[in-house]
Formats: sequence, structure tokens, C-alpha cells
Amino acid sequence: MVADILVNGLVRSGVYAMLAVGFGLVFGVGRVLNLAHTAFYMVASYGILHFVATGLGTPLAVFLTALGVIAIGLALYKFFIEPVREMEATVLIATLAVAILLQELLLVFFGSEIRHVPAAFPGYTRIAGVRLGNQEMATLVLAAISLLGTWLVLSRTRLGLAIRAAAQDREVANLMGINVNRVTAIVMALGFLLASLAGAAVAPLLPVEPRMWMHPLVIVLAAVVLGGLGSLKGSVIGAVILAFAEVLVVFLIPGGSYLRTAIALLIMVCVFLIRPEGLFGAGATEER
Amino acid sequence: MYHLRSLIRHLRVEVLVLPSRVIALVFVIGLLLFPLLTQDPYLLRMLILASLFSIYAASWDLLAGYAGQISLGHALFFGVGAYTTALLGLHLGLHPYLTVPLGAIVATLAGLFVGVPCLRLRRHYLALATLAFPLMLTGIVFMFPNFSGGEGGIWRIGRLASTRVGEYYLIVGVMLVAVFSLWRIAGSRVGLIFHAIREDEVAARALGINTVRYKLLAFAISGFTAGAAGALYAHFARIAGPSNLDLFMSFQPVIWTIFGGAATIYGPVTGVFVLYPLLDSLHVLLPQYRMLLFALLVLFILRFMPQGVTTWIRDAIETSCPSCRVRNAATRRSCRACGTPLRN
Repeated sequence: MVADILVNGLVRSGVYAMLAVGFGLVFGVGRVLNLAHTAFYMVASYGILHFVATGLGTPLAVFLTALGVIAIGLALYKFFIEPVREMEATVLIATLAVAILLQELLLVFFGSEIRHVPAAFPGYTRIAGVRLGNQEMATLVLAAISLLGTWLVLSRTRLGLAIRAAAQDREVANLMGINVNRVTAIVMALGFLLASLAGAAVAPLLPVEPRMWMHPLVIVLAAVVLGGLGSLKGSVIGAVILAFAEVLVVFLIPGGSYLRTAIALLIMVCVFLIRPEGLFGAGATEER
Repeated sequence: MYHLRSLIRHLRVEVLVLPSRVIALVFVIGLLLFPLLTQDPYLLRMLILASLFSIYAASWDLLAGYAGQISLGHALFFGVGAYTTALLGLHLGLHPYLTVPLGAIVATLAGLFVGVPCLRLRRHYLALATLAFPLMLTGIVFMFPNFSGGEGGIWRIGRLASTRVGEYYLIVGVMLVAVFSLWRIAGSRVGLIFHAIREDEVAARALGINTVRYKLLAFAISGFTAGAAGALYAHFARIAGPSNLDLFMSFQPVIWTIFGGAATIYGPVTGVFVLYPLLDSLHVLLPQYRMLLFALLVLFILRFMPQGVTTWIRDAIETSCPSCRVRNAATRRSCRACGTPLRN
């Protein structure tokens, strides 16, 4: 029981953290509250479904899916979102419409039935007397590698410096000779990459269906604001808190699967009552 | 006789001079006379639902468009209104004419309940915190299935009127009164203060405006109207269920309002009356591609008219006087209020 909670909690933490970090980066640099973020995660799951069904190996399927998701995402961003980027409410609706568009396209191409992707790493391993699914472990490793990679890019490269500068102040970064629009596009691509890796990781674990983006969207939004908008460390911690809250509710409360979202959101609202800017967010005066 | 003459005069100098107001007048008269032309139940149903959703969308516009408190959880008020009237009818057997206002009042309280913890939150934090409330209520609804109907919802709620035409006039009447009141509120001193809070809350406070009170007022008015819409919807659809609280229900008023044009009150009404019948007829014609076409339409409209349809049309047919800010028909040479020549 304890081991189940721990494993499930960690797997969910990893997936939510990948989504939340991508979402947080896109918001921080592009100032776009991208409600379609988890829709791209769903597209990636379907991409894996499609490529695995055609008989490609897993690494190639993941690579092609990520490439496709980034291309689709950037094209949609350039055409529909960037021209209206200055208007917050319009962006909200435009990204939501993108999410619905992707959902409906998947419905047309794949139908509404729930699909399952065969595990890329079937079987179990015993570690210290606990049966661990290989697929779950692969997901955890993937999440760890991609989060670590993101952190390295952000903290150790010139590109990371440019991204952090653009996140702090777009205008000043522009004046310092950073091509802010290109940095935004790169960050978008990074966000889509993280989303598609998360989608690839969950495809064998969760049922694949055209409404699978809604639940993670709510959790990711909650995780990002819980941690504080603009703080990636906060996003990861928020994702871990909410993932474990969800798993604990499902395992410990009878009928808890109905309540898991409610409890996760209750935690978010309670944090807001004490810290309105989230756990690690910048105060209202610092935010620009 | 005197009142009639002053009415006609008012009509001539205040309504007929502006094309947008003429369109609004034609729309209202058309809506009221519609059942004389046809009593097709499908068309009446469509217009009734469009009217209900216009109340709902207009209430979002007051809160988000005017006061700037962008709420992504407006379904809370709609759902609370619907569930209150349904539960009162189910457990106490009260008449709809009593439970609908009670539903709206409980939704007002819900507005205050949400508004108080949200007072300290700004912009995106507020939007995402409000998103949480209807989903939390859904969890509670699922927890007590015997009391609340659980996943299936509450069925067979009493009708508002015995005939479809009766329901039509009742709901369209409520819609016209509600939207007109919201429009008057938005144009009044209170509306001006809402504008100020949206533009710069700190500056508004520095001018001596009690922003806490006005933000709560916005939540209360918006909750009341959305709750009324939800309660009427429950009696018309004869079901109150968890779908009244789901994520898409919260997003819908946002779509309608931004599509129609935010901070106008008539924008969301236009948005609903354009998008809802369109979606409904696509449902009949091309059920498979309905939402696909809907999403594409919204995307393209926003791409080329990011301020919304009505704002775009209004700016095309009317100009604002440069010296006194009164609106004029685009064809006029001089301002109708101060006579300043207008550049065409």
C-alpha cells in the first residue's frame, strides 16, 4: 500500500512536473497562459499510439512524435496566438480554441473510443521486496532526465541566460540585443517538447482518449499557481504536492477518485489564503 | 399623451440617431414578435437557450470585462442557481416562482463566498483560483449522491409555464430586463468605478474608492444574474446535473464574451445569439465536425478581430466625437451633441 502510493505518486509527480515546467516556461517568457498545453500532451499520446501501431520502435516513435508536436505547436502559435499576444483574455480563448481544435481533430481521425498503447517496457522488477513496473520506472527516469536537462539548459548555457533575461523583462532583454521573439519561439518549442515527452511517457500507463487533456490541465494550472507563476522550482514542488495529494485521496478515501481534483484544488485555494502569490512567486509589487 | 410624446422624442434623439441602437431596437422587437411568425418548437427552444446563455454571458462580462476580475469558474454561479432551485423543488416541493429567486440569492452568496478569498489575488492567480470552485463543488455533489442526484443529476424539475410560448415570453422577458439592467449598471457611476479598478486598482484606491466593496459588489451582481440564468435553465431543461458545473460550462461565457466584444454587455449577447444557433444548427447538419468548425471560426474571428465582433462593427459604423466623446453615426459631418465637425 505505502509502496503503491509512493510509486504512483512519484510517477504522477514526474508527469505533472514536466507539464508544469513547460507551461511555466511558456508563461514566464511568452506571457501566454497556454490552455492548450495539455492538448499537445494528448496529441503526443496519440502520436505514440499511431507510430507504435505502424510498427516503429519506441525511440523512433517518440522522436517523430516530439518533432510533429513541436511543428504543429509552433505553427498554431505563430498564426493564431502571436498576433493577439498582447490581449490576455483573447489569448485565453484562442488557446482554448486551439485545444478544442486538437481534440476534435483527434476525434475525427481516431474516434472517441478509449485506446491503449502496449507497454514499451513490459514486466516487473523487484527492488527491496517491492514490485515495480518497468514502464513506471522508465517514466520516472524520463521525467528526471528531461527536468534535469531543462535545468542545465536554463542555468548553464547562453541560451538559458537569454531565456531567463526575457522572462524577467522582455523590453530590457530586447534592448540588450536578445532576439526576444526567437527566444519565445525556442521556449515554446521547449515547452512542446516537454509536453510531448510527458504524453509519450503516459501513453502506455493511462487510457488514451480525446478528453484526456482536461484533467491534467486543471492540475497543471493549479500546480503552477500553487508554486508561484514564474518560478520553475515552485512549479515542480506544486506538481509533486498535488500529485501526492491526488494519489493519497484515491488510495485512502473510499470513492476518492471523484474527490481527487476537488482536494487538489482545495489545497491550492488554501495556499492562496496564506500566500496570494503562491509558494515561490514574486510579490505583487515585483511582478511586471 | 405627454408620456407617449416624450417616449417618441426620446426614441428619436437617443435611439434612432445611432445605428448600433437601431440594431438593438430591431433585435428586441424581432425577438418579441418572433412567436407570431412561427411557433416551431425547435426554433423557440434555440432562442430560449440563447436568451438564457446571454444572461449568463452578460454577467461574466460585468465581472471580467468591466471590473477586470477574470473568472474562469463562472459555472459555479450557474450551477449553484440550478442546483438550489432543483433541490428546493425536490426536497421541499416549493413552486418555481419562489425557488428561482432563491437560487439567484444563493448564487449571490456564492459570489461573495468566492469573492472574499479572491480579494487579495491578482490577474492570473484570480482566474485560476476561481477555476477551482465549481470543480470542488462537483466533488461535493458526487460525495452525496442521495441528496444531490450524484452523476445523473436531478430530473423532472417543474416547468415554468405550461406552453412553450409561455416559457419563451417569460425567459426572453427576464433576459431583456436583466441585460438592460446590467447595461445601465455598467454605464452608471458604479460601472465607471469598475473600469477604474480594472485599469489600475492602486490608482483607484488612491482616489478614495473602496475597491474591496466594489469588487465584492461586482461578484455579487454577477453571481445573482448568473444564478438566475442557471435556475431558469434548470427549469427549462428540467434537469440540474454536474454538467452545469464542468470546465466547459465555465469557459463558454468567456468564449461568447470575447467573441462578441468584452466590456460592452451587448457584446456577449451578440456572441451568444451568433454562436449558439450556429453551433446548434451545425449539430444538425454536420454533427461530426461541429466543434471543429466552431473552434476554427472562433480562432479566425479572434485572429482578425481580436477585440470582438461588436467592437469591430461598432467602430466601422460609428465614430466618437473628438471633443465631447459622444458617439455619432459614421455618416454625420458634425457631432450631434456639441456640433464639432467630425473628420470623415
